[in-house]
Amino acid sequence: MIQADLNIILPEILLAVYAMVALLVGVYTTKDKLAPLLTWITAAVFVLIGAWIGMAGGGENIAFDGMFVDDGFSRFAKVTILLSAAAVLVMGQDYMSRRGMLRFEYPILIALAVVGMMMMVSAGDLMALYMGLELQSLALYVVASLRRDSVKSTEAGMKYFVLGALSSGLLLYGASLVYGFAGTTKFAGIVEAAGHGHIPIGLLFGLTFVTAGLAFKVSAVPFHMWTPDVYEGAPTPITAFFATAPKIAAMGLLARVLHDAFGGVVGDWQQIIALLSVLSMFLGSIAAIGQRNIKRLMAYSSIAHMGYALMGLAAGTAFGVQAMLIYMAIYVTMNVGTFAFILSMEKDGQPVVDIGALNMYSKRSSGKALAMLILLFSLAGVPPLVGFFGKFYVLRAAYDAGLAWLAVMGVIASVIGAYYYLRIVYYMYFGEETDALDEGRSPVQYVFLMVSAAAMLLGVVNLFGIEGVAQAASMALVN
Amino acid sequence: MNDSLLSLITFIPALAAAILAIFLRGDEAAANRNAKWVALVATSITFLVSLFVLFGFDPSNTGFQFVQESDWLLGLKYKMGVDGISVLFVMLTTFMMPLVILASWNVESRVKEYMIAFLLLETLMLGVFMALDLVLFYLFFEAGLIPMFLIIGIWGGKERIYASFKFFLYTFLGSVLMLVAMVAMFSEAGTTDIPTLMTHEFASETFKLLGFTVVGGMQTLMFLAFFASFAVKMPMWPVHTWLPDAHVQAPTAGSVVLAAILLKMGGYGFLRFSLPMFPIGSDVLTPLILWMSVIAIVYTSLVAMVQADMKKLIAYSSVAHMGYVTMGIFAANQQGIDGAIFQMLSHGFISGALFLCVGVIYDRMHTREIDAYGGLVNRMPAYALIFMFFTMANVGLPGTSGFVGEFLTLVGIFQVNTWVALVATSGVILSAAYALWLYRRVVLGDLIKESLKTINDMTSREKWIFAPLVAMTLILGVYPALVLDIIGPSVEHLVSNYETALAHAPEVSSTTASH
Repeated sequence: MIQADLNIILPEILLAVYAMVALLVGVYTTKDKLAPLLTWITAAVFVLIGAWIGMAGGGENIAFDGMFVDDGFSRFAKVTILLSAAAVLVMGQDYMSRRGMLRFEYPILIALAVVGMMMMVSAGDLMALYMGLELQSLALYVVASLRRDSVKSTEAGMKYFVLGALSSGLLLYGASLVYGFAGTTKFAGIVEAAGHGHIPIGLLFGLTFVTAGLAFKVSAVPFHMWTPDVYEGAPTPITAFFATAPKIAAMGLLARVLHDAFGGVVGDWQQIIALLSVLSMFLGSIAAIGQRNIKRLMAYSSIAHMGYALMGLAAGTAFGVQAMLIYMAIYVTMNVGTFAFILSMEKDGQPVVDIGALNMYSKRSSGKALAMLILLFSLAGVPPLVGFFGKFYVLRAAYDAGLAWLAVMGVIASVIGAYYYLRIVYYMYFGEETDALDEGRSPVQYVFLMVSAAAMLLGVVNLFGIEGVAQAASMALVN
Repeated sequence: MNDSLLSLITFIPALAAAILAIFLRGDEAAANRNAKWVALVATSITFLVSLFVLFGFDPSNTGFQFVQESDWLLGLKYKMGVDGISVLFVMLTTFMMPLVILASWNVESRVKEYMIAFLLLETLMLGVFMALDLVLFYLFFEAGLIPMFLIIGIWGGKERIYASFKFFLYTFLGSVLMLVAMVAMFSEAGTTDIPTLMTHEFASETFKLLGFTVVGGMQTLMFLAFFASFAVKMPMWPVHTWLPDAHVQAPTAGSVVLAAILLKMGGYGFLRFSLPMFPIGSDVLTPLILWMSVIAIVYTSLVAMVQADMKKLIAYSSVAHMGYVTMGIFAANQQGIDGAIFQMLSHGFISGALFLCVGVIYDRMHTREIDAYGGLVNRMPAYALIFMFFTMANVGLPGTSGFVGEFLTLVGIFQVNTWVALVATSGVILSAAYALWLYRRVVLGDLIKESLKTINDMTSREKWIFAPLVAMTLILGVYPALVLDIIGPSVEHLVSNYETALAHAPEVSSTTASH
């Protein structure tokens, strides 16, 4: 019995074991000199495990009496998490080594965070959910303040920790209410207690608090306040990480709680999610207009994008989950490319984050500028780039679910949002000539930027088949 | 060959753009020269290949021809095809593009990117006119904003940044609402196939929304969403304000493309989507649109009269001429729609030529101020002649294509609403006023300005650019049947479907019977 359970959770166990072995090796050998190699090995391990999970396939497996669910949905989320984490790790390695920030703990902490995320998307129980969430969060608090000598970085870590703790508190409070009224922490039990269409008031409170706690993690408005500061303060490779894998994990977790535990009372949480969605879209689009710091700008951009993903979730249907998954996969691909570009922005070896520094960038490095142009238009959701299809899926899901007003709000917000993406294009292509930025030094960043931009362009053919996979994943979650 | 001919035409320019982007190397002068030649050859080949479509097209068949279809994601289709309404817009695009490239021969900065932008723009414009899937249409329609945004922003005039942002955000806002309507149509009809949607009857029961009674129900709402997009693109009064800015700031070739082709997408959209798919919605809003058209004709003609900038004047005149188009379309009878399509094609040649005329002297003097010119006829007789010809065509002199379009739309509207026709006719006089006055101030009189004393007449390259435009304007002016025979049957089909659809819904159409 336990053997079968362990088999199901084997990828997570192996990754955790790898992280601990790597820690021991790091401590007892050369410490930080090992770090670049360790980063690459960790990324390779991510890719291998991702490939393994992706290839494995095969129905729904439940381990530990429903605590851990391995189904199509969790596999989709895990593969996306692992691949994006791997991409971000290798992308930032050069940036961090040259600034002496690359400690051997960094890849290990990321690996532990990833284990937490994999737990999150597989959670079938409030306890498992919380365990995964905290493992992820604790690792992330530490990496956010990796630069101990920088006030901004430590401040970012501190803010993230305090607000994260608050959100965990909300979540726990909600979980305790749910437990109190449902008599169980298992999602399968909660869904029965919540009933169909008629939810006990205590459970409703529990649901609301749990949702609020998770909204912190996806940085949905009004629980977004930590995002711009943490994005700005953390070293850029870590910002890139924040913008990608944890977002998928949190969104996956939210989808799982809402559908597995509260799938019978869609009407009760639909309005909460729709409100979070519309607020995020508008705040993300409007607040980014005034930003000159590209990392803060991307923070608001990610808030807006989470709003669109939530729009898919708000539909409360299998198609909505499919749309959300596709949106997240596209979002992550775009962000990997965009952050590869941001990582390569430097002058005299110092990182630059002011978008004004991109003045006439296109004249000096036309290839990179063109790739960034494609990514920006894709982020804005302009066809024929793939970002448009993400929006099209969530709009369709929302409309089909009777949320036409949300769809209209969404497209209006996307027009407002287009302005700040265009502004970066404006600096790169129409600006005035100023001091040049350095040529990017890292071929890895260049490759990721180009591949991501090419994917945005070529994906128009068939989205690389992601549609079918996401559909299978959503069917596994919503039935 | 026949079933992928349209895709071939669409993607030749894109292929050339890709070749330029990837393979063009070498020192700057050589690279620039090669970029121009590659672009010219590619657009010319596109034109030649598109002739196969024109000559292979069977006007008596009112369905779609040269159809190509294959599966795409989300149950969407990659489906291309042309009918009598779209085939000539395809021809207009392929015809104008080589001229546009020739007109850009003097561009010096970032030639490679310039040519890539125009080639991509051609692909996207052709796609708009050929797409037979809603989302595919939207894709081409919206994607065209990207190259145009860059063309205005990079190669434009002094206020180019303001103009490019205004252009992009204005049109983007219009079309995202259309996207929501498309999602709604997809939801209701279960398909995005345009020919199927044309026969689908969308719900038209009147309902209340936020306290407003929506006559015509979903059809009216969908119509309005599409209208938001096409009216901006067209552009109709009062959402035309982006156009003068965009025109003035765009480089000459950009203005030509904008006036000759991009504006036609709005009118094409009305004919492809609004009338056939939402007949009841169209009928409900027809009076409003007719009066908006009339206001456009009269008001923007008056505004054109007081402009000090030549490009702005022609831009406002474009808005006025587009007023005839919307008026003809929503007259919804054979003459009106025939006239509207004819007017769009003819305006493509004429306004394109007028912007080229401005370009000719702008290249020499680097100003578009009318006051900076005067008496050009003394040093530029050939230019004076050509400018004269297109001024007359713009006014709608019989014998030029401008006359046929205006006349047919007026005939069409006269049968529907005499008052609208009466007011619209005054636009003919007003257009004569601003166009002839412009001509007098720029070309006639004595050459007294010191700076103009050394100006040279047109080069043979410039003359060759105008030759095909003059020919087309004249041919269509004296023998309009060339066009009308091709569009006639399809328009007839459209009109009869429209009338059948209205006859099925008597309780709604009775509310507007007085018009």
